Amino acid sequence: MLKPVTEKELGEAVRQADGPLAIRGGGTRLTGQAGMTLSVSGLSGISLYEPGALTMVAQAGAPLAEVEAALAAENQRLAFEPMDYRTLLGTDGTPTIGGVFATNTAGPRRVQAGAARDFLLGVRYVDGMGRAIKNGGRVMKNVTGYDLVKLMAGSWGTLGVLSEVSFKVLPRPETEATLRIAAADAGAAVRLLSAALGAPYEVTGAAYDPAQGAALLRIEGFAASVAYRAGELTKLLGAGELVEADASGALWTAIRDVAPFHGAPGDVWRLSCKPSQAPDLAARLEAEALFLDWGGGLIWARVPEGTDLRARAGDYDGHAILMRAAPDTRARLGMFQPQPEPLAAIEAGLRAKFDPRGIFNPGLMG
Amino acid sequence: MQMPQPDAGILARKSRLVARLSQLLPPDALIQDPAETRAYECDALTAYKCAPMLAVLPASTQEVSDVLRICHEDGVPVVPRGSGTSLAGGALPTADSVILGVARMNDVLETDYDNRIIKVQTGRTNLSVTGAVEEEGFFYAPDPSSQLACAIAGNIAMNSGGAHCLKYGVTTNNLLGVTLVQMDGTVTEIGGAHLDAAGLDLLGLICGSEGQLGVVTEATLRILRKPEGARPVLIGFDDSEVAGACVSDIIKAGVLPVAIEFMDRPCIRATEAFAHAGYPDCEALLIIEVEGSDPEIDHQLGLIKQIARRHDPVELREAADEDEAGRIWLGRKSAFGAMGQINDYMCLDGTIPVSALPMVLRRIGEMSKDFGLDVANVFHAGDGNMHPLILFDANKPGDLETCEAFGAEILKLCVEAGGCLTGEHGVGVEKRDLMLHQYAPEDLEAQLAVKDVFDPAWLLNPAKVFPLALTETRRARPMAAE
Ligand SMILES: Cc1cc2nc3c(=O)[nH]c(=O)nc-3n(C[C@H](O)[C@H](O)[C@H](O)COP(=O)(O)OP(=O)(O)OC[C@H]3O[C@@H](n4cnc5c(N)ncnc54)[C@H](O)[C@@H]3O)c2cc1C
Ligand SMILES: Cc1cc2nc3c(=O)[nH]c(=O)nc-3n(C[C@H](O)[C@H](O)[C@H](O)COP(=O)(O)OP(=O)(O)OC[C@H]3O[C@@H](n4cnc5c(N)ncnc54)[C@H](O)[C@@H]3O)c2cc1C
Repeated sequence: MLKPVTEKELGEAVRQADGPLAIRGGGTRLTGQAGMTLSVSGLSGISLYEPGALTMVAQAGAPLAEVEAALAAENQRLAFEPMDYRTLLGTDGTPTIGGVFATNTAGPRRVQAGAARDFLLGVRYVDGMGRAIKNGGRVMKNVTGYDLVKLMAGSWGTLGVLSEVSFKVLPRPETEATLRIAAADAGAAVRLLSAALGAPYEVTGAAYDPAQGAALLRIEGFAASVAYRAGELTKLLGAGELVEADASGALWTAIRDVAPFHGAPGDVWRLSCKPSQAPDLAARLEAEALFLDWGGGLIWARVPEGTDLRARAGDYDGHAILMRAAPDTRARLGMFQPQPEPLAAIEAGLRAKFDPRGIFNPGLMG
Repeated sequence: MQMPQPDAGILARKSRLVARLSQLLPPDALIQDPAETRAYECDALTAYKCAPMLAVLPASTQEVSDVLRICHEDGVPVVPRGSGTSLAGGALPTADSVILGVARMNDVLETDYDNRIIKVQTGRTNLSVTGAVEEEGFFYAPDPSSQLACAIAGNIAMNSGGAHCLKYGVTTNNLLGVTLVQMDGTVTEIGGAHLDAAGLDLLGLICGSEGQLGVVTEATLRILRKPEGARPVLIGFDDSEVAGACVSDIIKAGVLPVAIEFMDRPCIRATEAFAHAGYPDCEALLIIEVEGSDPEIDHQLGLIKQIARRHDPVELREAADEDEAGRIWLGRKSAFGAMGQINDYMCLDGTIPVSALPMVLRRIGEMSKDFGLDVANVFHAGDGNMHPLILFDANKPGDLETCEAFGAEILKLCVEAGGCLTGEHGVGVEKRDLMLHQYAPEDLEAQLAVKDVFDPAWLLNPAKVFPLALTETRRARPMAAE
């Protein structure tokens, strides 16, 4: 395993590589990548944190936990709510901030606050030739040249190895509450979630858990405001149960970390779709278990091992990622949905420029 | 400022190109009379002008694709254009180029309140996107001050921001899908009504690419429900640094206003004389707006006022009603117009870390004395996006050049302070030659490589964004002074 501790060493390691590299942050993610492991965890530490400017700069290998602890000390947080999949995937290791951005992680707050890519302000990365490249910066608004920051976010280490990330953080709200409203099925639930998200009450979580038989709506902010908006939502949608503060927090940690599937066997899929399509799509999946997040725009499904869920899903606006499966299934179905032309050609063209030797996580994304 | 020399071969083949294009487009969509092409000679950066060889106004994605394919086959550069309000010269033509304007493509294709999206053709103006959904209580969040005129096309190309982006983000945070036509005519659908399109984040790459990667003909945008209410407060200080500290304290306290706008004394005086908004005559003024129901607004403004009082404001005025709210915003909204009344001005757009605000303001003041030109500052303080307005006299020989030199120094200062050259207006031709102050050559090479993928012939808006010397071999055309 290669484990550089500076960007310079990272560049050197890449330059000298004579075969595929499996890029790893904390290794919490089972990509099953072949090749020599290149760990970024040696590039660690927070280099700059300005709470008054809502910005942080960290080395890519900095543990997520360290970043979150520093933010918590100033009553701030990563608003896109990165999840911890270790229990779901049965992996260990320490998630890194670079891995969070490389995978464009986002939890339930995605619907309101955005994904990791919406908070990433600047990157430094090493390309496939070992060159260190900078894009973006550490300011909130920046349109100076092309936005390679977005391109690097969610590229899963296939375009470059992140060495440093700067990102926007947000204040932690005073409190939160969850309105739990009974919903007979996915159709009824998505109608509730859509109505809530289409109301002016700033819902920051909108999920449906069939096991609870309920739609869950999270509200965050100052205490009086949370109480007010919970009241208004009740008027709009009908009575529900109000789960407050820490208990509400626990509900959303469970949704975020896919707790409903913990300890259960089978493959795990994650589908992004148009919310109104979710009920029909969910039915077509014939899953052993599923639940919805993002107002219906995200479906988590657990199915028997080896199931080709993309075939079952048929046609819809969106795509499916295979999150957990045995190596042979992953090899057969691919983790990511293949891209249609001409998108595939554009992506291949970009890979050929960023990583001309094709050594970064080859085959992972296409 | 240099632009590439027009290609004599292209100019000589004009009539053949016209003949081919006129087979595809209705007569009124093809503009070749020099009296009419002049309408496209510049955008809102009027210091630079050059009429294009032709202008075309296609009415569909198919027509856009046909036009691009033909220009590609003929090796003719194409400059996409929305409404021409760019402040960076992004839509500036060359004499051998075809302007491709999307102004005729302004339909709403779909509104979907359940999924909170609207799909439009990109020639539609920013404000009329909100106009299409406001009866149902929705709005499209990014709100550049030019929103009455500017098109979604230009907003996407420049990744435009607005007064309320502190809370709602800029264009890229509100864009879900596009139809992109590449220079060779290939039509690609990226993203759509769902979140997080599959594969690489090409949507994020297209947004802010200044019309160099493809022509965007349709867009799926996120719409939001309008807040129950909004109310501004006006706070005056006798020291800009104190105003800056107040902004930082408000942010740290966990209040998230939708807007924090800042004006300094020269700007306050000019707008007062023009708009009579009743602003106090002080060193620095903040306008802070929060949203929600009345009690929520009361609570947030209460916190803000409490923090502000710790900084000894000379004025603290909360809008009691709609009327007063309107007056508080009046001065800010007419700031650019007011400055235009008293002088010619150049508007900069650098962004700095909020913490560097006092230092940067002080340095700009010092430089103003050195260059002998006044500066008025008005900007989005919450996110550090500055808009220094340098005042000059266009009729005075040498003044424009001094102003440009001063502007370049301010932008370099922004970069040194940890910021960037442009926060929302884009690079265009205006900041093209400063790019090497922010990026190393290899950083720019990585960006050029992206254009190589989308537009290998370098025909789409080729002379923008990057220093000409860096793109010369790619464009493979000689340069001439202009
Ligand atoms: C199987 C699995 C699937 C997941 N799917 C998603 C998902 O779809 N969406 C989501 O939001 N979160 C997802 N996550 C969560 C996300 O992986 C973690 O939050 C994050 O990866 C933790 O970082 P890490 O350091 O453990 O990354 P690792 O597990 O080490 O790596 C994850 C991916 O990121 C790449 N990577 C890591 N560090 C860098 C770097 N510095 N530069 C370039 N590339 C790097 C790796 O090559 C790999 O492709 C998933 C996690 C797992 C285990
Ligand atoms: C008074 C005034 C106030 C302003 N206020 C703000 C503000 O608050 N915030 C802000 O961000 N900006 C502001 N601007 C700048 C400007 O309005 C924005 O940059 C706007 O997005 C430009 O839109 P447009 O349709 O006019 O684009 P144009 O000026 O026509 O073009 C801008 C760029 O987009 C490209 N382009 C145009 N159409 C397409 C297409 N279909 N596909 C691909 N590329 C295309 C062009 O080639 C060019 O590079 C202001 C401008 C003025 C004059």
